[in-house]
Amino acid sequence: MEISGAEIVTRCLQEEGVEFVFGYPGGAVLEIYDAIHKQDFFKHVLVRHEQAAVHAADAYSRSSNKVGVALLTSGPGATNGITGIATAYMDSIPLIVISGQVGTPMIGSDAFQEVDMVGCSRPIVKHNFLVKDVRDIAATFKKAFHIATTGRPGPVVIDIPKDVTIHKTKFEYPQSVSIRSYNPPVKGHPGQIKKAAQLLADAKRPFVYVGGGAVLGNASAEVTELVKLLNLPCTNTLMGLGALDGTDANFVGMLGMHGTYEANLAMQYCDVLIAIGARFDDRVISVPNQFLSQAKKIVHIDIDPSSIAKRVKVDVPIVGDVKSVVSDLVALLKETGQRPNDKALAAWWDQVNEWRKPNSLLYTQDSEIIKPQFVVQKLWEVTDGQAIVTSDVGQHQMFAAQYYKFRRPRQWINSGGLGTMGFGLPAAMGAQMANPYAQVACITGEASIQMNIQELSTCKQYHIPVKIINLNNRYLGMVRQWQEFFYGNRYSESYMDALPDFVKLAEAYGHIGMKIEKPADVEPALREAFSEKLKDRLVFLDFITDQKANVFPMVQNGKGLNQMDLPEHMRGMQQVPFENNRDYGNLC
Amino acid sequence: MRHILSILIENEAGALSRVTGLFSARGYNIDSLTVQTTEDVTMSRMTIVTHGSDDIIEQITKQLNKLVEVVKVIDLNEADHIERELMLIKVRATGKERDEMKRMADIFRGRIIDVTEKSYTIELTGPGEKLDAFIKALDPAVILETVRTGASGIGRGERILKI
Repeated sequence: MEISGAEIVTRCLQEEGVEFVFGYPGGAVLEIYDAIHKQDFFKHVLVRHEQAAVHAADAYSRSSNKVGVALLTSGPGATNGITGIATAYMDSIPLIVISGQVGTPMIGSDAFQEVDMVGCSRPIVKHNFLVKDVRDIAATFKKAFHIATTGRPGPVVIDIPKDVTIHKTKFEYPQSVSIRSYNPPVKGHPGQIKKAAQLLADAKRPFVYVGGGAVLGNASAEVTELVKLLNLPCTNTLMGLGALDGTDANFVGMLGMHGTYEANLAMQYCDVLIAIGARFDDRVISVPNQFLSQAKKIVHIDIDPSSIAKRVKVDVPIVGDVKSVVSDLVALLKETGQRPNDKALAAWWDQVNEWRKPNSLLYTQDSEIIKPQFVVQKLWEVTDGQAIVTSDVGQHQMFAAQYYKFRRPRQWINSGGLGTMGFGLPAAMGAQMANPYAQVACITGEASIQMNIQELSTCKQYHIPVKIINLNNRYLGMVRQWQEFFYGNRYSESYMDALPDFVKLAEAYGHIGMKIEKPADVEPALREAFSEKLKDRLVFLDFITDQKANVFPMVQNGKGLNQMDLPEHMRGMQQVPFENNRDYGNLC
Repeated sequence: MRHILSILIENEAGALSRVTGLFSARGYNIDSLTVQTTEDVTMSRMTIVTHGSDDIIEQITKQLNKLVEVVKVIDLNEADHIERELMLIKVRATGKERDEMKRMADIFRGRIIDVTEKSYTIELTGPGEKLDAFIKALDPAVILETVRTGASGIGRGERILKI
């Protein structure tokens, strides 16, 4: 029996086990929407802006390890999705974005709502397709899902002209796929893994640096086993948070521009570094030559060869799936019994613990003004550290990363690479869809939340009971912080004037709003929002927070990890190792 | 340093733009690019001449390999190789100049492939430097038009780029 291209699209999604499609209809995809109307394999979620469709599909994927699917119409629908696609691309999220296109005879004629989506999205996708023949739809979907989910994952765009969705053909979904030009690696080279084990055995100051690749590669258990087996100090990047339990004794906090004192110094002064699914980006190591000014041997495990030796040269590159490589490394270490020298490791731990002592995340909460850090800490307590937390971008994102101790992978969802404001609320929707029984909190700011505030309406329609934690300091906080530090307190365009009354706004959308102005009210408000009574409701908590709070520690652009700006109680602290006759080798 | 990369790539719509887009997006240089299908028409062979430090060339080859449609990439500079470029050059050839121009073409083993009363069109093949040398040897005033293909390269001996 012949069916239309539009029906084939829905059947392909069914074959791939898709549960949700986030989208917005329009002229070029009307056939597909008609086919959606006639099926009940998957549910369609109607967003209020296409950017949100892609973010929601993205977070659906991040929080569940399934593939997110977004459906956009041609032209403005497709271009509205671009920010979402770029966000997913920068963080390597497997995503299928289906965009409508004008009919094939019209392509190139500047037709109504025509845009060259394959061209527009080319630099921000893992791959993209323009399907010009109805007989190619099924094979294209099979390839697209395969490409999106294997190797280093990423978004794949499928652009389908309207006439192709109308034409009919027989539907047969390919059982397997083979692309001769695409063979991502899996196993790491055994010789390289041996070298890595030997380096670890010879290490005096070993350190493990875990990035988003360990979360996406589901390697959390293997990473934890490695860290525990050798008793190594370990840091997670912003994208890697949760890969090692944030409350684990071996965890020294996040590293990077706003990393902890101990994580940054351990990163700088270690002698053997094991990088797992991380890419040494500028917000993590700052400048490569500063980072390498202390000699260290680096093992870099990554599925993407182009991530290796991109910013820093490494001694032992291992290309492969991080889960497979780390598990092989652990097996080898168990077999050979290779361990770092006990005494040296103990001395290194003494040093790390000394760095921990002053607590670089310390802040003081007075009885008058709510500190943003305090809200995140209380959120952690109230949700037992178990909530899925999404965030937007800015100070609140850093506070969330620093003070919410993520217990497991896929619990922390943020736009790390692209830094997309407006990501938080649609991401919370996607995460809640994927995890209907989980508590989902969106930590945001009064500026970021307004970038996709219209999604409050989607949340109403689909009864998405996320809790919005709005850290409202009436400023673009991170911009203000940089203006304070580097632009002589000239707060150019960073003050958020004419803010809406968020309580009324939430109520206007049919939700519950709360305004919290006193530190003493923070915990009760959170308890109420997360209570059994409100578990089916979206609650918008508008916390009026300290306007002057800054994120510390901070590694300024161009500075080394050992040249942090520290919080007040640590100013003037010596940022080099205390030598104290400890034998952990020559430090410089 | 100058490098010459040979790329096997699926002969699909848009594949070329993925390659050139990659170079511009990441700030790499393309000195020349040639492409045509191979004996297997589902596949194209591309030769890109680029320059950069070893680190940059390593990144370029890795990034090219990451493109889904790219089957294989080799850096021909890593071993002995041959490269050739074709130039068509139209020169003024009147009076005395006509003989002189014919001699020049012969010296460089060029062939005159089109003749008018006032001009010759000369076909010249060789490494890029040879074509440069030919242009240099001519009085700039006699050159009416040049068109060059950019280099095509192939490994010497047993070195073969194939799937």
